Amino acid sequence: MSERAIRLKVNGREYQRTVEVRKTLADFLREDLELTGTHLGCEHGVCGACTIVMDGEAVRSCLLFAVQADGADLLTVEGLAEGEALHPIQEAFWEHHGLQCGFCTPGFLMTLYCFLRDRPRPSEAEIREALAGNLCRCTGYQNIVLAAKAAAEKLAATGR
Amino acid sequence: MAGLIGASIKRKEDPRLLTGRGRYVADLRLPGMLHAAVLRSPHPHARLRATDASAARALPGVVAVITARDLGPVGRIPVRLGPRPSLEACLQPPLASDRVRYVGEPIAVVVAASRYLAEDALERITVGYEPLQAAVDARLAAEAGAPALHEALGGNVVERLLTQSGDVAGALAAADRRIRERFVVQRHTGVPMETRGLVAAYDAGTRLLTVWGVAKVPHWNRRVLAELLDHPEHLIRVVELEVGGGFGVRGEFYPEDLLVPWAAMRLGRPVQWVEDRREHLMAANHSREQLHDVEIGVRRDGTILALHDRFLADLGAYIRTHGVIVPELTAALLPGPYRIRNYRCEVLCVLTNKTPTGTYRGPGRFEGTFVRERLVDMVAGALGLDPAEVRRRNFIQPEEMPYEVGGAALGQPTVYDCGNYPGAFETALAAIDYKAVREEQAAARRQGRHLGIGLGCVVEKAGLGPWEYARVEVDGSGQVTVYSGAASVGQGLETTLAQICGEELGLPAEAITVIHGDSALVPFGIGAFASRGAMVAGGAVLEASRRLRAKILALAARLLEARGDDLVLDHGRVHVRGAPGRALSLRDLARAAAPGQPLPPGMEPGLSAQHFFEAPRMSYPYGTHAAVVEVDAETGQVALLKYVIAYDVGRAINPAIVAGQFVGGLAQGIGGALYEELVYDADGQLLTTTFMDYLLPTAMETPAGVVAKILEETPTPLHPLGSKGAGEGGSSGAGAAIANAVADALAPFGVVVNALPLSPDRLLRLILNPGSG
Ligand code: FES
Ligand code: FES
Repeated sequence: MSERAIRLKVNGREYQRTVEVRKTLADFLREDLELTGTHLGCEHGVCGACTIVMDGEAVRSCLLFAVQADGADLLTVEGLAEGEALHPIQEAFWEHHGLQCGFCTPGFLMTLYCFLRDRPRPSEAEIREALAGNLCRCTGYQNIVLAAKAAAEKLAATGR
Repeated sequence: MAGLIGASIKRKEDPRLLTGRGRYVADLRLPGMLHAAVLRSPHPHARLRATDASAARALPGVVAVITARDLGPVGRIPVRLGPRPSLEACLQPPLASDRVRYVGEPIAVVVAASRYLAEDALERITVGYEPLQAAVDARLAAEAGAPALHEALGGNVVERLLTQSGDVAGALAAADRRIRERFVVQRHTGVPMETRGLVAAYDAGTRLLTVWGVAKVPHWNRRVLAELLDHPEHLIRVVELEVGGGFGVRGEFYPEDLLVPWAAMRLGRPVQWVEDRREHLMAANHSREQLHDVEIGVRRDGTILALHDRFLADLGAYIRTHGVIVPELTAALLPGPYRIRNYRCEVLCVLTNKTPTGTYRGPGRFEGTFVRERLVDMVAGALGLDPAEVRRRNFIQPEEMPYEVGGAALGQPTVYDCGNYPGAFETALAAIDYKAVREEQAAARRQGRHLGIGLGCVVEKAGLGPWEYARVEVDGSGQVTVYSGAASVGQGLETTLAQICGEELGLPAEAITVIHGDSALVPFGIGAFASRGAMVAGGAVLEASRRLRAKILALAARLLEARGDDLVLDHGRVHVRGAPGRALSLRDLARAAAPGQPLPPGMEPGLSAQHFFEAPRMSYPYGTHAAVVEVDAETGQVALLKYVIAYDVGRAINPAIVAGQFVGGLAQGIGGALYEELVYDADGQLLTTTFMDYLLPTAMETPAGVVAKILEETPTPLHPLGSKGAGEGGSSGAGAAIANAVADALAPFGVVVNALPLSPDRLLRLILNPGSG
């Protein structure tokens, strides 16, 4: 099985690992780095549960190979909070009951992390469109959209 | 803490889930752990000839390949709800040995050093298949001469059910108007975002087998596993972990629930199996597929005189843990909120070469509500009456409660415990502004836009017993823990139970730890299904908390030399009213209650109490869905413009969680109404095995601003808090309301809406060819 050495940054920490070239980035994060907050709901690029931020863009880690992240700077759900202080998007999800089983939640948080950075004052329609690539089977999305709106306001207020 | 019950507090579960610290079964890592993958039949029906796994076994990293022959004689998976002798011949074996009966049936298991290697090995197993003709359409499968799935059964009809009350033939004959129609509900299912998964580890020294990922009904599953493995129950520990959605599907005992522990025991190493999405869509329970031929007889004023239904339930290739309860519940609750004195329902439970079936949120009610509520609208149409008016004329009135419907399900006669059906109905109509929408509709029609309004009235069932267990304990540090026999499927159980306990013990919910789903910590339990969390598990926690409160006060009274009713329990302390200095903390009291301390006469040592809450009868929550849609006649797209659910839960413990159940359930109902279908081709191949083919609603398809009216008008007498379940009402009325709205919108085209899902292509076909329903 062919392997390759890679070096990357995840949540501010440097890692150097040797990986099988066929291993997905999601499996690499979950198995090799034990960052299991990134979830797999389909492994074929539809559900968005595996969404992480790679060099500033939201990507589906199930559709990438770990070797493609060589040299990259990643952010996963584990890197959102600062210590015990939740990120404003996380806080908004908590306050607005934006999650039930929580399985889809990391993907939504990471998608919104990029979306709200690029579009700080979104309309409801824009939020729904931005979230259309993330599936949730529990909430019916209503509270997720509410949380996204509230998060936008929080972020604006804190200047983040 | 006073006021905790009924408060929309933030959930206890969320901080860990929001930070990626929730541990689901796929996240578990044990030293030396191996990974399993399952070889599944690509054929809907075939005889199995020789299986050759030697090439797979020779692959580096492969530890074992397990076939039915390796497994040896093991039992079949038993029915959990409503076992009947007639079902025995069709139970599913953990691995197919001589014949496969659906695409996805397990044939072998590979265990290897990684999932990647295990999947490589699957490709190297050769199986000799001798294809047989498949029975795919339940109508044909039910006929004599159809290819038989189980020879011992003699045909594919596994059970016939009959529900009957009054004189249907006579009442139909006397009716002013009779309407007959055929209704089809498509095969679709729960599809939680987390697929199924298990980890099993065996300690050969102590003989303890531990299985993680056992959800929904852990204690029942432990019993089944003990029997199939012939291993003592007390030497099996089952642990639930975090669960990524259940919806009826997850947590039932499936073949893998035996195979993974079996492999771990045999190999002496931990084994993990995580289902992929393709497997999930072909292996986990399907649901809902029914074909109804119904006739209703009414008076000219819309009064329903008789209802006669004959339906086929397509149960797939084997009988699984739910037996035939989905058709049974369909028949039991088909009359819904209406006074129907003459009712007859004949059901054929048919086996086909498709994935076996089970319950999915609102089992039988989603289907039956669609059938009944569409019929009511057809009655209104035929008589030239407003559909709302026809409903008003037929509702069972509050003073008729308790109301005996005439059928039975799950061994209980269907007796509605309480309800104000017209009340919930009018609330929904007011919230959607029924009259204004009718006017809007007329105006839109003049502009060539097709708006429709649809109603769906639901009677659900909730709080299935027979009992649930809880223990509440104050530990030596003064901390309170609730041990519940219920299970969580991600619905916020910990928060709900902490609120109930906190209210009694004068503590905020954050101060209470809730433990569930671990058989080593909670010795008894039933689980999470049938909207029983708040009601049955909550009842157990309430009663255990009340007992503990009494014990705390009795002990404090003695130590503080005060009368029990002069004491206040609050904020983790007991003090004498008016003398806050004369106080003891829960910590002091827990220590004073330790064995060996002087205790009031008759008091057991230890500051804890337990309770088994018995629920011999179910409660029947109810409500109304109202939908406004716009149909694009060019594309067949349905846009949901407005949606209201008014639903009576008796008493909401946490309204935010209840509303979340309504809106989340609704999204699933929308999927069932408009998009989701597990499609088989004529040969029995499953065509929908990815999320590209099986379409779940996204944030774009679900409506904004759903109004969730939580009603607490009729607390149930069956529960100390009056609470009924809230889990299923959001789903079960959606097919009905949306189909009625679509039919209303398309009324000018003269189409007949009688089949789900109302996908764009179906609607276009209907619009172009109105007779094709
Ligand atoms: S797991 Fe990556 S999109 Fe579903
Ligand atoms: S919260 Fe369960 S899938 Fe979104």
